[in-house]
Amino acid sequence: MMSAIPLLSVRHLSVSFNTPDGIVHAVTDVSFDVAMGETLGIVGESGSGKSVTAGSVMKLNNSVTAVTSGQIFINGIDILSATEDVARGIRGKDIAMVFQDPLSALNPYYTVGDQIGEAYVVHHPQSNKHEVRALVLEMLQRVGIPNPEKRIDEYPHQFSGGMRQRIVIAIALINNPAVLIADEPTTALDVTVQAQILDLMMELQVTNNMAIILITHDLGVIAEVAQKVLVMYGGRVVEQTDVDALFSIPTHPYSWGLLGSVKSIENNHNGLLRTIPGSPPSLISMPKGCAFHPRCEFASMMGSQCEREVPSLHLVDSTKSLSACHLPDGQLVSIGERWRENE
Amino acid sequence: MTYLLFAVLPVDPAALTCGKNCKPDIIAANRIRLGYDKPILEQYWLFLRGIFVGRDYGIGQSAFSCPAPSLGYSFSQHQCVTSLIAKTFPVTAFLSIGAFILWMFIGISTGVSAALHKGKWQDRLANGFTAIGVSLPTFYVGLLVLFSVVIWLGILPFPHYESPLNDIGSFLTAMILPWITLALISAASYTRLTRNGMLEAMNEDFVRLGVAKGLARKVILRKYILRSALVPIVTIAGLDFAGLLGGAIITESVFSLPGMGRLSIRAVVESDLPVLVGTTMVAAVFIVLANVVVDILYGVLDPRVRVR
Repeated sequence: MMSAIPLLSVRHLSVSFNTPDGIVHAVTDVSFDVAMGETLGIVGESGSGKSVTAGSVMKLNNSVTAVTSGQIFINGIDILSATEDVARGIRGKDIAMVFQDPLSALNPYYTVGDQIGEAYVVHHPQSNKHEVRALVLEMLQRVGIPNPEKRIDEYPHQFSGGMRQRIVIAIALINNPAVLIADEPTTALDVTVQAQILDLMMELQVTNNMAIILITHDLGVIAEVAQKVLVMYGGRVVEQTDVDALFSIPTHPYSWGLLGSVKSIENNHNGLLRTIPGSPPSLISMPKGCAFHPRCEFASMMGSQCEREVPSLHLVDSTKSLSACHLPDGQLVSIGERWRENE
Repeated sequence: MTYLLFAVLPVDPAALTCGKNCKPDIIAANRIRLGYDKPILEQYWLFLRGIFVGRDYGIGQSAFSCPAPSLGYSFSQHQCVTSLIAKTFPVTAFLSIGAFILWMFIGISTGVSAALHKGKWQDRLANGFTAIGVSLPTFYVGLLVLFSVVIWLGILPFPHYESPLNDIGSFLTAMILPWITLALISAASYTRLTRNGMLEAMNEDFVRLGVAKGLARKVILRKYILRSALVPIVTIAGLDFAGLLGGAIITESVFSLPGMGRLSIRAVVESDLPVLVGTTMVAAVFIVLANVVVDILYGVLDPRVRVR
């Protein structure tokens, strides 16, 4: 699984929030590595901990209510134990982020030129105005904004959703970050614009040799752009593997469910979309044992083990995948293979 | 609209021009002299005309005139309304401006501190201040301030208004308490407005993006959070300020400041309709002006409402 020296290394990350309703275990024991030029996809339903994981990497979670443990190394620095000053120096420079909703991600009171330039100036305090403006114009051009000379002085509300996402990407990339976190970057956009934005990100990834963490619930996007994938459920990683392995022999019942619910040409059950019964668990009152067991059709095969024990993430030898399921590896692989054939 | 009061109220304006033992013929003469014998529409026309060209009353020896802009003649104070307003307006203006600066400062700074320390003692203190400030009536706070500072503590003499041009010292000692009173009352709602606006802004995606850029806390606070909390504050501040300029009736009464508020109160008590019409009109003009200014400021503050 290891392909190159990790640029970003997350070790045993756990995040919980103190809320009036109780402690929310948003993320529990998540570890992963991302190497230069590599794309890691994180998939899962809403509330599975994807966005909180991403927020932790930039130390963006509310420091008052969030309790974080574990380590996140970027270029050898542990950002979680770093001071706020150090973290601020890393944010936007070494790691940048693209948000889900471009309509609300830009400050409505300043021109887009100001906002893109600001991201550069904060890490290059010596830069002069002309130099910054020239750079911003170049960025606007690179992200495909037509007529940048004119549009640099316009306000966010004068741009369409897709154009605003391009501006957010320009903000993210102006410092040539080593890691880009894209938190559902295309969810809020029209389908036609989605493909453009993804293409743009991939194109810029190649030129910058940047690592991308792509958070999405769209497996189609993952199949297209990611090399490695993390499937999250109830704040935990349930399957961690290469994209090819996930799509050929998935080794977790939740992954089977996710893949089964994707509409595609081969994946056609008499026109009906298969769904996972039930809904994601509440992070406050998580089911005992495996968080997925109430919705898992295979849980009964293991007696009461699934209700009692949290399955640990372990290596499935034949697929080189990490899976957190009590089913014996042999069975996981054979069901996974059968699943593939049935589709 | 205001002028219709003349027609509606069951008071004979002419009868008010002289005291209790007035002879009917004097009333009749005064009525003609002040123009109240004419039909209401014609009276209104004369009033409107007076605003632009001034107005002459009476004929012969008893003739007098109020130069433009004339808002009429006060028969109980025997002066032109315009000159009464000109005399009292500076007091109200000084009162309003001082109080406004003070309350914006108190309101916004407590609001910021409450938002930054949400749930901590600063926030609770600000919440308590808001609750008290919003629920206490002005006259109560005014009297409380007056009693505690002047009578119990004896720090300041009883306020006696002087024009700042004559005696800046006694001007300040007379003004400081009314300023504080008005500021305490009004600041409360600005505290709440600032706090809530900021807390709302803090959850905005664009603030998160600001943090993600690596911007310093101070910059994010100023350019991202305060900036978006400011728009509603400006709207309300403009209208509140204009309302004050029309006369801070209660505060002026409590501290016996000879401002427009007291002028209006006296006019009401004495059924001095021309004065009432005049002060109401001045207040209305300020509110209209304030609305225009607020709309212009809106465009400056929020590019989304700018007309391209």
